[in-house]
Amino acid sequence: MSDPRQRFWAPAVILIVLVVLWESLVTAFNIQQFLLPKPSAIAGNLVQVAALDASVSEEGEDISLENRFFTVLPADLSPEMQASLEEARWLAFNLGGRRFFVLRGSNLTPILAASWFTLKEALGGMAMGTVAGIAVAIAAARWTATREALLPFAIAANSMPIIAFAPIMNNWFGIDNPFSKMAIVTIMIFFPIMINTVRGLVSVDAQSLELMRSYAASDSEILVKLRIPNALPSLFSGLKVAGALAMIGAIVGEYFGGPRIALGVFITQEAALFRFASAWAAILVACLIGIGIYLVILLAEGLALPWHPTFRA
Amino acid sequence: MPGPVVILENVDMIFGEGASDQVHALKEIDLRIEQNEFISLIGPSGCGKSTLLRVVADLVQPTSGVAAINGKSARQARLDQDYGIVFQAATLYDWRTVARNVQLPLELMQFSRSEKESRTQAMLELVELTDFAGHYPWQLSGGMQQRVAIARALSFEPSILLMDEPFGALDEMTRERLNLELLNIWRKTDTTVLFVTHSITEAVFLSTRVIVMSARPGRITADIAIDLPQPRNAETRSNVRFFELETTVREALRVSEAGEEPERKPG
Repeated sequence: MSDPRQRFWAPAVILIVLVVLWESLVTAFNIQQFLLPKPSAIAGNLVQVAALDASVSEEGEDISLENRFFTVLPADLSPEMQASLEEARWLAFNLGGRRFFVLRGSNLTPILAASWFTLKEALGGMAMGTVAGIAVAIAAARWTATREALLPFAIAANSMPIIAFAPIMNNWFGIDNPFSKMAIVTIMIFFPIMINTVRGLVSVDAQSLELMRSYAASDSEILVKLRIPNALPSLFSGLKVAGALAMIGAIVGEYFGGPRIALGVFITQEAALFRFASAWAAILVACLIGIGIYLVILLAEGLALPWHPTFRA
Repeated sequence: MPGPVVILENVDMIFGEGASDQVHALKEIDLRIEQNEFISLIGPSGCGKSTLLRVVADLVQPTSGVAAINGKSARQARLDQDYGIVFQAATLYDWRTVARNVQLPLELMQFSRSEKESRTQAMLELVELTDFAGHYPWQLSGGMQQRVAIARALSFEPSILLMDEPFGALDEMTRERLNLELLNIWRKTDTTVLFVTHSITEAVFLSTRVIVMSARPGRITADIAIDLPQPRNAETRSNVRFFELETTVREALRVSEAGEEPERKPG
């Protein structure tokens, strides 16, 4: 398992098997699109592939790619059509005597725009929640009284049902104001950040503390030179949890209303219009963004903690 | 001739005094340590030898009695950085490289950058770890980690080195090698060493004086001068006098463990 190639290939193979299984089961049992769209229909919203095949006869001039993932087109396209393909393509290549075009899916642009909008809300909320969580954690670790006074409120904030909270934030800050979603994300991630950081700050080896006392180090020196470095690994654990929650929090907030360009609003609207494949495509992108946030945190962790057991070669 | 480096007078240490489970750790301890001595504290487990070291280090305060270090209170001596301490566990900070671990006390004492670097360099040479300056603690063996801890304790040139079973967790071969290294360092640096151990061989080999303590409540039951010639080396271990002294210490330990003096009240 420690072989990094194996760590990559095992999940990749499982993913491919699942997608193929999904596609073939939906086709075989003729499952309705609104229940479960085919993976290819979902992907077609984001990426499309067109192949020019000489053996296919022309079917009239009204050639449309619709939202299909893969389309075979006659090779003798009109020059205008060919030119527009060449212009719209990301990628074109020849394989087995056919010319392939990889094109932007019809819903890629709105989905990416919505994702970017929602990502900004998620990151804004994450920044605020992280700063607040670390600040409270340091205060709580420094003064036991603070810890005891604050902990019940932190637990209360954590048990707050976010779904009930979202409309209130929309009401406070305004539905179209990204700050209303950032506030939801902030509240959602505050607790995992705070509690993990406190744990790291407090769980300092007794002898390390004694060493500091033998140097007559002050409390703030102990904080900076011992407690904070000691807390970094658990802070990063908190950040990983928070990173996954951030996109969820922002999208949940948007379900209760938001500007048309928000990802949560896009998903609700597409579902309401029975365009489930495009709703699923948006969910897929949200999921990929979540993974992206996680990977960025993982990378930052590797750079910040080269000494940590996780990164020992 | 300067006065004693460490003076303990009638030191008593009772943990949880008044409670039903109070522990009488140290009783009527009187000890004087002169400059440049190498003193080993030896005794059965739980006899309070580590507590005695911690009293000197001002990491615990005695219930009664006086602890004077370099002519001042133990607390003042700690604030003045009069001693460096080495624990049984190396207690290196995982996130610091070897060099930065050695620098830790120098940072806290606000040495200048050039001073920090030259001292770190000198210390790493002293413990022969120059090539490992950029390594992290987990990349080192237990013996190397302990050498870093010694370098860190000596980096600010304290007059006293306190060592609490520093080689207790190491294998025999590493321990013997580090014993020799420690004696070299002691000769080179002019420090006074207070060394806690439960190894008779180690105590006799290293020390100028071995202090034997009894089981709880810990008292000093014997004070044995080790008159082996200096400098000591591998041959010292085969010296007849070495075996005689080992036997003396072993005998004193046996007496202190079994022979409760009749006048002593139970703790």
